[in-house]
Amino acid sequence: MTTTTPSTRKQTSDAEGSSRAYKLGAVGGDWLDQRVAGGGLVKFMARKIFPDHWSFMFGEVALYSFVILLISGVFLTMFFDPSMEEVIYSGPYEPLQGLMMSRAFESTLEISFEVTGGLLFRQMHHWSALVFMVAIFVHMFRVFFTGAFRKPRELNWIVGFSLMVLGMVAGFSGYSLPDDVLSGNGLRVIDGLMKAVPVVGTYLSMLLFGGEFPGTAVIPRLFTVHILLVPAMILGLIAIHMVLLVLHKHTQYPGPGRTERNVVGFPVFPVYAAKAGGFFFLVFGIITFISATTSINAVWNYGPYDPSPVSAGSQPDWYMLWTDGGLRLIPGWESTIFGYVLSWNILIPMVIYGLLLGVLALYPFLEAWVTGDDRERHVNDLPYNAPVRTGLGVAWIMTYLILALAATNDIIAVALQLSINDLTWALRIAFFVVPVLSFYITKRLCLSIQRHKREKALHGEESSRIVRTETGDMIEIHTPLSEFDRWVLVQHDDYRPLSAGKGVSSLRAKATSFFFKDRISPVTPSELREALEHSGHEKHVIDELTGGDYRTPAEKTQH
Amino acid sequence: MKALAARRHHPMALLVILLLALVATGGLYAALQPQTAQAEAYTQEDIDAGEALFLANCATCHGRNAEGLVDSEGDTLGPSLIGVGAAAVDFQVGTGRMPMQQSGAQASRKPPQMNEEQTSQLAAYVASLGPGPAIPADEWLDTSKGDATKGGEIFRINCAMCHNAAGAGGALTRGKYAPAVIGLEPKHVYEAMETGPQNMPVFNDNNLSSSDKRDVITYLEKLEENGSPGGISLGSLGPVTEGLYAWTIILSLLLGCAVWLGAKAK
Repeated sequence: MTTTTPSTRKQTSDAEGSSRAYKLGAVGGDWLDQRVAGGGLVKFMARKIFPDHWSFMFGEVALYSFVILLISGVFLTMFFDPSMEEVIYSGPYEPLQGLMMSRAFESTLEISFEVTGGLLFRQMHHWSALVFMVAIFVHMFRVFFTGAFRKPRELNWIVGFSLMVLGMVAGFSGYSLPDDVLSGNGLRVIDGLMKAVPVVGTYLSMLLFGGEFPGTAVIPRLFTVHILLVPAMILGLIAIHMVLLVLHKHTQYPGPGRTERNVVGFPVFPVYAAKAGGFFFLVFGIITFISATTSINAVWNYGPYDPSPVSAGSQPDWYMLWTDGGLRLIPGWESTIFGYVLSWNILIPMVIYGLLLGVLALYPFLEAWVTGDDRERHVNDLPYNAPVRTGLGVAWIMTYLILALAATNDIIAVALQLSINDLTWALRIAFFVVPVLSFYITKRLCLSIQRHKREKALHGEESSRIVRTETGDMIEIHTPLSEFDRWVLVQHDDYRPLSAGKGVSSLRAKATSFFFKDRISPVTPSELREALEHSGHEKHVIDELTGGDYRTPAEKTQH
Repeated sequence: MKALAARRHHPMALLVILLLALVATGGLYAALQPQTAQAEAYTQEDIDAGEALFLANCATCHGRNAEGLVDSEGDTLGPSLIGVGAAAVDFQVGTGRMPMQQSGAQASRKPPQMNEEQTSQLAAYVASLGPGPAIPADEWLDTSKGDATKGGEIFRINCAMCHNAAGAGGALTRGKYAPAVIGLEPKHVYEAMETGPQNMPVFNDNNLSSSDKRDVITYLEKLEENGSPGGISLGSLGPVTEGLYAWTIILSLLLGCAVWLGAKAK
């Protein structure tokens, strides 16, 4: 845009200035290139093509909120003291003055009430942690429902999954650091979970807490985990995630001209450099705005940790809610074997959590085994073209959601004036019923959409204008689709159920039947030809009657 | 003294000493016992007016003599009010919980149906039925004498498990709930602790002394005064509303930006 400035005088001076700057840049670039040989790489990256779609931008949001986490976290470490040494508070927050508390809690209060900008940074750190996890989940949903985890991206799916789990670890370890009543309650749950592990449970707990719960060691230990171990692992995995992204190139939605061998989009320089840079500042701005206006984790209300009180409305941050939900739903089952108590009410939920995570991590391999598809897939599926996958994804989300809702049963009960007992029972039933129902409903919806799209590909768009012939036949006028629009509707894959034998195990035959027995076959070229011939004939009849003018009599009189 | 000493063997001496000892004990007890004495004396007219109000508004459930009523299935319609004291009446009627709007898990707060005079007359009538906790003296409601830090400790240990650490309220079993306790009249907070309305346990003077109760009231007042230093409090309900906020408001803002950036290039 700036290169076409009409003013000549200004242009010459600009050209002079820019050519000087260009020379300087070339000399500098050359100097650098002779020493680090990065020119090729920069050129390669600058010319990298990315496709344009809003749903591709949530991985970026996760990355940007992680950057904000690092920046705000560095600020917080300068003032936070991860010590469980007991002190007497004498700071400005009146309702806690004279109270015994740990140095960790006191320094959190100092950050909140005494350090300039401290509360804003605390809130930014916490809000961006929530946004980080929200963005990871939305990004994962997008990748799942579009089948972007298929070959060659299975490993990158695992890397992304590990980032999600590490995000939970990072969040939980950070949530525990202020040493307030709420975070102490969270640690107590972890203590209980560990102690429920048969045989070694108490040893595990003693190992983490350096003795009996709560002890004086856990906060310094979690601090190391939170600011060193987990962020380093997250950074490393993000690096792998990005390298693999560059290596595989980005996936794209189906469209004319988009194949498994190209990427249609815009180059990093200048388009995506500007867009991504701008998006970073937008995310930064939104998080700062929210943090400046909305309170999060008001630790001064919870008070310093003391193992006796548990406040109403004690919940973990949202991404850990589901782990609390199972504990709230399961009846208090336990049994005693040789004098040892087995807490089924903790062990069963933990097994369920493991299964839910395991299925999520391994789904790409499961689906590859079912389809037996060994091709590289760079064009995404539209979710309705993979009804069983989409149904399974929705069922997983519903399971997760019901567990998360169960963890908030007390708040829902008060807000909706329900009996918490009845609500808990409803959620227990829902845990088993809703995922199955939502699977079938989603699958049927996807199949209906497929049927609709099939009709549309064959006959074009209904115009809701009907012509009556002399014999009384009614013919609706269809607007034919353009070649471009039709391409998206006919390009998808067609998998069929296999029958057992000839190297196909009966298990795999059953799996393919589960996945593909209700398939709607895509439009074949001969079907399309026939449909086009038919509509050509129809158009001939209609045009004869109307003379090519499709307006209704009422519309004609208006003009 | 000599005369007194000379008569110390008198047969009546023992009796006199016993009498003096009794008077001293009784007097000391009366002087030192926890202050729950009636803050204001009720006249007979108050009691009579209260009885008339009671018969018109309360007797349907509590019985004509406030003895309590049980329905044909053995469920309590209304508990006996003999001995609940003026404090219970002042709380229940003064916060609009009684007369109850509808039967349900719990009587909820609503604009009071009785004015202050009628409330006081009802309190007088119920207090006349049997001794019970009286309306607290102003001394115990004076938060300038209270200790917020100690009140906070008491609140976190005894109250927060139902009423939430920030006093935002919480759920109880079977549709019952602990209401929010911020922004209430100190008198009503005191009376609630003293009488244990609905599902609340009783915190009488043996559990929490009058000055302890005053500390709790002071803490709640400080919580209200401090407000939410971090901005919008989201109901002070903790991580659940924060998570909901992230998934709704913040996600829509981000989504808006993403759609905007994704659409520009077309």
